[in-house]
Amino acid sequence: MQVGKRVGPKRKIWLLSGAVVGIAAVLGLVVHFLPSSGYSGEIRGTEPKMRLMSKEQYINTLTHIFGSNLRIDARFAPMSRKDGLLANGAAVANLDAGKLDQFRRTATLVASAVTGPEYRDFLIPCQPKDEKAADAACASQFLSSVGRLLYRRPLTDEQTNVLVQVAGVGAERLGGFYSGLAIALEGMLISPDFLFISDSYEPDPDNKGRFRYDAYSMAQRFSFLLWNAGPDDALLKAAESGEIQTRKGRERVVDMMLASPRFEVGTRAFFDDLLDFEVFDTLFKDPQIYPSITGATIVDAREQTLRTIVNHLVTQKKSYLDLYTTRETFISPALAVVYGAPAVQGWTAYEFPEDSGRAGILTHLSFLTSHAHPGRSSPTRRGKAVRELLLCQTVPNAPPNVDFSALNNPNPAHRTQRDRVKAHLENPVCAGCHKIMDPIGLTMELFDGAGVYRTSERGNPIDASGDLDGTAFKDTVGLAQALHDNPALPSCFVRRMYSYATGGPTTHDDGPYLDYLNKTFGEEGYRLPELLRTIVLSPAFSQAIPTEPAGDEISEPGKAGNLTANALQHEGSR
Amino acid sequence: MSNWSRRRVLRGIVNGGVVSVGLPLLNCFLNDNGTAHADGRPLPVRFGTWFWGCGMSAKVFVPTKFGTNYDLPEEIKAFKPIQQHMNMLTNYTAFLDGNENLCHFSGWVATRAGHAPKSREDRPGETIDITIANQIGRTSRFKTLTATATGEPRTTVSYEGVNSPTMPEYTALHLYQRIFGSEFQDPNAPTFTPSPAVMVRKSVLSGVMDDVKKLNRRVGAEDRARLDQYFTSLRHLEQQFDQQLQRPDPIAACKAPPVIKDDVPAGRDFELVARRHKIMSELMAMAVACDQTRVFNLAYSAPFADTVRAGYEKPHHSATHEEGIDEERGYQPEVSWFTRRAMDGWVELVQAFANVKEGDGTLLDNCFIMGNSDHGLARIHSLDGMAMFTAGRAGGQLKTGLHIDGAGSPTTRLSYTALRLMGVNANSFGSKSNATSKEISEIVA
Repeated sequence: MQVGKRVGPKRKIWLLSGAVVGIAAVLGLVVHFLPSSGYSGEIRGTEPKMRLMSKEQYINTLTHIFGSNLRIDARFAPMSRKDGLLANGAAVANLDAGKLDQFRRTATLVASAVTGPEYRDFLIPCQPKDEKAADAACASQFLSSVGRLLYRRPLTDEQTNVLVQVAGVGAERLGGFYSGLAIALEGMLISPDFLFISDSYEPDPDNKGRFRYDAYSMAQRFSFLLWNAGPDDALLKAAESGEIQTRKGRERVVDMMLASPRFEVGTRAFFDDLLDFEVFDTLFKDPQIYPSITGATIVDAREQTLRTIVNHLVTQKKSYLDLYTTRETFISPALAVVYGAPAVQGWTAYEFPEDSGRAGILTHLSFLTSHAHPGRSSPTRRGKAVRELLLCQTVPNAPPNVDFSALNNPNPAHRTQRDRVKAHLENPVCAGCHKIMDPIGLTMELFDGAGVYRTSERGNPIDASGDLDGTAFKDTVGLAQALHDNPALPSCFVRRMYSYATGGPTTHDDGPYLDYLNKTFGEEGYRLPELLRTIVLSPAFSQAIPTEPAGDEISEPGKAGNLTANALQHEGSR
Repeated sequence: MSNWSRRRVLRGIVNGGVVSVGLPLLNCFLNDNGTAHADGRPLPVRFGTWFWGCGMSAKVFVPTKFGTNYDLPEEIKAFKPIQQHMNMLTNYTAFLDGNENLCHFSGWVATRAGHAPKSREDRPGETIDITIANQIGRTSRFKTLTATATGEPRTTVSYEGVNSPTMPEYTALHLYQRIFGSEFQDPNAPTFTPSPAVMVRKSVLSGVMDDVKKLNRRVGAEDRARLDQYFTSLRHLEQQFDQQLQRPDPIAACKAPPVIKDDVPAGRDFELVARRHKIMSELMAMAVACDQTRVFNLAYSAPFADTVRAGYEKPHHSATHEEGIDEERGYQPEVSWFTRRAMDGWVELVQAFANVKEGDGTLLDNCFIMGNSDHGLARIHSLDGMAMFTAGRAGGQLKTGLHIDGAGSPTTRLSYTALRLMGVNANSFGSKSNATSKEISEIVA
């Protein structure tokens, strides 16, 4: 798959801008200029991050190295959601004793499987002279090649020697070469060099006084963003050769990565985070109220939306905005029952009928079921989700002392949810927030808590009219179009993507650059690969703003130390 | 790793050695009074917490009598069989100190971490269970064990630090496997052979610690603090390996539970939660009895209690806000129904500990278990009139069978009482209005 190929005129602009940067460098200027759209703000780069590997990144990385037959039952602690993304939580997550214990136990299982009789002949590139004894040469060959992929940079001779010694001692004590090798692999899998995705930086030879991420850090920044996994051999070679530190080299690498099937995995990971699909891990629907929703329905609901996203944005390279209006999707047998579609076999491309009331991913079961109660719909939850997840707006917390019992008390005047939630709007304490949530959510009342289309509630017709920031509509198709046309939709997406790419919440200082990204995103048809390409080729992605140690003394973990910050000034890279 | 050597790799191995010892299991391992092991080691005092979400309805929950032989209103009728093993603590307050009342968050944070959070991003910091685990949990296999019957990995009211929520075990099967799976060493097993694999694993940790030290030199101050915690975790793992290499002392009360093969299905229905909670209560009791941990946390429901009852469209939390008050009864009947199920859970936990014989008493006698919630009356998210419990006699340090009126004093008094009785050297606990240096003296023996 070819993506993101720039056309001639744009290349010329890039070259021209390169010249500008060159002149600026000669003049000792530290300001970088973006190559198009007349933007001339300073690109600050980002602070180095130390991100704890997520469960998905752990699994993806290991299955890329050892093959998808390796089944990994990983149960790691979920990240905290920061500024809308779990990925941002990875940069502040700690490794306490409980979490380390989980990583350690998983490492034992992985190492045992990799070196076990079922897979060893495929995964270990050599055979020991004697299976019952240590074999330093074979151990070294395996550990150095696997270690390079796990640590995302070549092991030093010292590191390799230590691991080979561990494997040797293990072989002696445990009675065999493979047992010893497993212990060494376990050690690697709990090393910070594997579990923490840590950015290293170095002085930028092209920009005096500035820093850039070193080649291996660039490789892992690319790979965790685009593939949600560690770098493969080709990417590490691009780092080893220094190619990744050149503009041309980065262009080749990013195009190669965007064309890889692994980019689909990376895209899924981002949207899983953006849309808060983690809730599907524990989503529950009352089987008495919604008998059509089974465990398979819930699993497939998530998959349907992710398939639709990948097909729309990656395969067909269509506009992000159209994701909210398209009727093209996929369904499975479990979903066909709920959608009232003809029975299908396996996953099948499907187009919602024009009169289905469905348009875009907000009318998928995934959104409708996850932002509802186990036994009923919730206009408030749905409206809140649109505001917070898709428009990056914050809905304040509910006031603590409000009586919602009007929502339940039998009252003949309360025929539908609209009548009941009116109480929110009549109470001035509630009205401020509910006015921005309910007009969205009440339109979605056309779907019950299981996502099934309806036009009435308990025999009473549903008034599905609504409003989004001044744009009125009468049904969910109208809501979809209003969302599609809302300028906050793409700008929120850009903000989240930039944050996801750089590993932390955006700040006020990022504003001008985000404005620039918004503009180019629109100019390039709101296409995901183009946005990613712009971000990763930007100095914002490759330049580092070192974080100086806060104090003069840097203590070693676990005890007070005696190294000063100045003494370590040049240890930012290795 | 420049100092690595074969000798270093072997460290921990040469100190191990394979031991195979026959060990008869008799009550003679305890002294005549059953309060200490025969060699004079006292039976340890352990600490546990239990949590339920969405508070209670005072009208049918708070006994009218104080002191001993208090009455059991209908929402806590289930307490009858455990009344003499526990204390009811009512009318306590979590103070906001001018901060927003963050529904279902401020209350438990104030109680367990001692301060009112400023925002939901203002994570609790270290909660008392961790403080206590650092005091009494360093010699057991797990410093602390945390589980939730909700089936959801995010349900936790325990934090090691600001960005370190303690991840709970959220399925019964995984809790079983973690405690009593392949790495469990039965202290009463007739023979003991240190695992050579553990010996080698322990030796690997030195190299990993060196990796942490190296990385520590490349990162900023905030990340160094994170690495410091990682290092501490490695040290704990090292201690865990050390323990596995030593013959455990026999423990008469320890009887490994039957193997669990099938898990309780995922789901929030109260019946599933109850099944999960029962198994978890029994596993926790036996984990404590077998000295796998001396500190535990168990949650029946989350602060946003979303337990459901099949056929009733509102989860517990939604019902607290949307169900009308029954004028005749004076409370929300469906909400009360959910609360009663949670109280059934508390009874189950206390009984699980009371059912384990230890010395001449029970395991519960040597425990201090506290129970609390996020609110008083959840319908209005009140933080006054809060109810809490204790169970167990903490090795004779606690009286039981009492109902105490907190008279609006801080909920942190219970936490402070726990800290003091568990040996934490603290002159006070909490900050601003939640600060206290007063134990709940009425329950201290």
